[in-house]
Amino acid sequence: MSIQVTNLTHIYEPGLPTESVALADVSFSIEDGQMVGIIGHTGSGKSTLLQHLNGLLKPTSGRIFIGDIDITSPEVSMVEIRKRIGLVFQYPEYQLFEETVAKDVAFGPKNLGLDEEEIQRRVESAIKLVGLSYEQVAEKSPFELSGGQKRRVAIAGVIAMEPEVLILDEPTAGLDPKAHKDVLKMIEEVHRATGNITILVSHNMADIAYLSDQVIVIDSGKLVTMGTPRQVFSQREKLEAVGLSAPPITQLTEELRSRGIVVSETILSVDTAAEEIAAWLKKNLEDKT
Amino acid sequence: MIRDITLGQYYGGESLIHRLDPRIKIIGTLLFIIELFIVDNFLGFGIAAVALAAVIAVSKVPLSFIMRGLKPILLILIFTFALNIFMVDGQILWQWGFLKITREGLMRAVFMAIRLVLLLVGSSMLTLCTRPLSLTDGIERLLSPLKRVGVPAHEIAMMMSIALRFIPTLLEETDKIMKAQQARGADFESGNLVQRVKSLIPILVPLFVSAFRIAQDLAMAMEARCYRGGENRTRMHEMKLKKRDYGAIAAMILFLAIIILESWWL
Repeated sequence: MSIQVTNLTHIYEPGLPTESVALADVSFSIEDGQMVGIIGHTGSGKSTLLQHLNGLLKPTSGRIFIGDIDITSPEVSMVEIRKRIGLVFQYPEYQLFEETVAKDVAFGPKNLGLDEEEIQRRVESAIKLVGLSYEQVAEKSPFELSGGQKRRVAIAGVIAMEPEVLILDEPTAGLDPKAHKDVLKMIEEVHRATGNITILVSHNMADIAYLSDQVIVIDSGKLVTMGTPRQVFSQREKLEAVGLSAPPITQLTEELRSRGIVVSETILSVDTAAEEIAAWLKKNLEDKT
Repeated sequence: MIRDITLGQYYGGESLIHRLDPRIKIIGTLLFIIELFIVDNFLGFGIAAVALAAVIAVSKVPLSFIMRGLKPILLILIFTFALNIFMVDGQILWQWGFLKITREGLMRAVFMAIRLVLLLVGSSMLTLCTRPLSLTDGIERLLSPLKRVGVPAHEIAMMMSIALRFIPTLLEETDKIMKAQQARGADFESGNLVQRVKSLIPILVPLFVSAFRIAQDLAMAMEARCYRGGENRTRMHEMKLKKRDYGAIAAMILFLAIIILESWWL
């Protein structure tokens, strides 16, 4: 399963004085099994793009192929699209509504028209996959859980539909540092377990740099650049021009490099940075003695 | 989709009518409604219609915009018309089985229809030309004499402004929740009535939870800024009657006098 977006354009309220172009001629493709990060300033068109991938919005022009199905064509049924693509919105815990966690997670699969047994299997595996214990939470009310747990349950509700593409819009927004780390780890594990495409939108550059295979940068509805995190985050000026920046650790090592401390070109994780700096220090001290 | 719904029907503008003191506009509208019930002949309605047309012309609100607001009550209008035309006894003009149209019935039906249309257009001019918030301010000031007998005028007005303020917020919230549930395969459009009502549960429960959360946050924020309603509270925009307001009062009195005299003589 791959994703193929070609010349996607979306105009809100065409023909009215309030007309605004949310997406302009966006094209990219995503290969199977990749984790893709989308970054962009608030109002850059990220959310509009995500809603297109799920069929919630129809493009003004352009095509989106998921596998070999064109989801922009009017003949494709919405259920078919939503079976394939799971979209987790920002603050997904606000969509919880059932009496028990198990029932809430079952909402999506039930809408797909699956039989009881299959639903039960999916609910159990989804709750387990997001790192919760089925026995402990299944019969609890979702409103009794902590913020981080609620978010996991909400994400489980989408995972239980077993989509071939999982899209998450700022899955860690508003979480405390521990829950933030846990949810991120959970996403990584889900991605590894399913081997499907995962698309992640985030404002946290460090998360994106750490998790994704490919990074897409969007600004005012246009695709600015796309590439591996290393390729994207080494284009400092381009990022700053659209109001973004490289992860703090990348900025730090760039600064070190400009002061003559030799570390390798673009560093994306704290661990590598620590290793490189330690190696440099060691070498430098040896030279002096 | 859901964001297209226009709320309140305020039509922005800077006309004389827009700038009038909200208290004057509220009283004026009430007077106009009373006058419509004093009037008992077509000439009176003619005078009222001319006055209303003058107000509309000054306000610069397009007629098509006003008429759009009338659409929802078209059914009520037709119903009233039909009820009157068939139910009044008198000189028979046309008969078919038990249905008959009388001269008096026809007169009455037309009369009531005119009264209803004038009533609706007249009162919609108030909301079209007054910002919701100044409207609630005006209501508060008009109700303030009743504070002495224990009517919580300030609190009533505050509740109204908060309710108005949060309609767009809640609509946005509804839109978000609807999309989130649609992404989970929810279907709001098909099925019979029972199924459709049931399909609203996944929207309504999160919406209520959100509404309570928003309310709690707001209450906290108000308290953090030491809000205390009622007693001794001063306001940023003091309402003071200006020359144009006195002019409006004069016009209103003149109009009332004409209507009373007209219905006496004829």
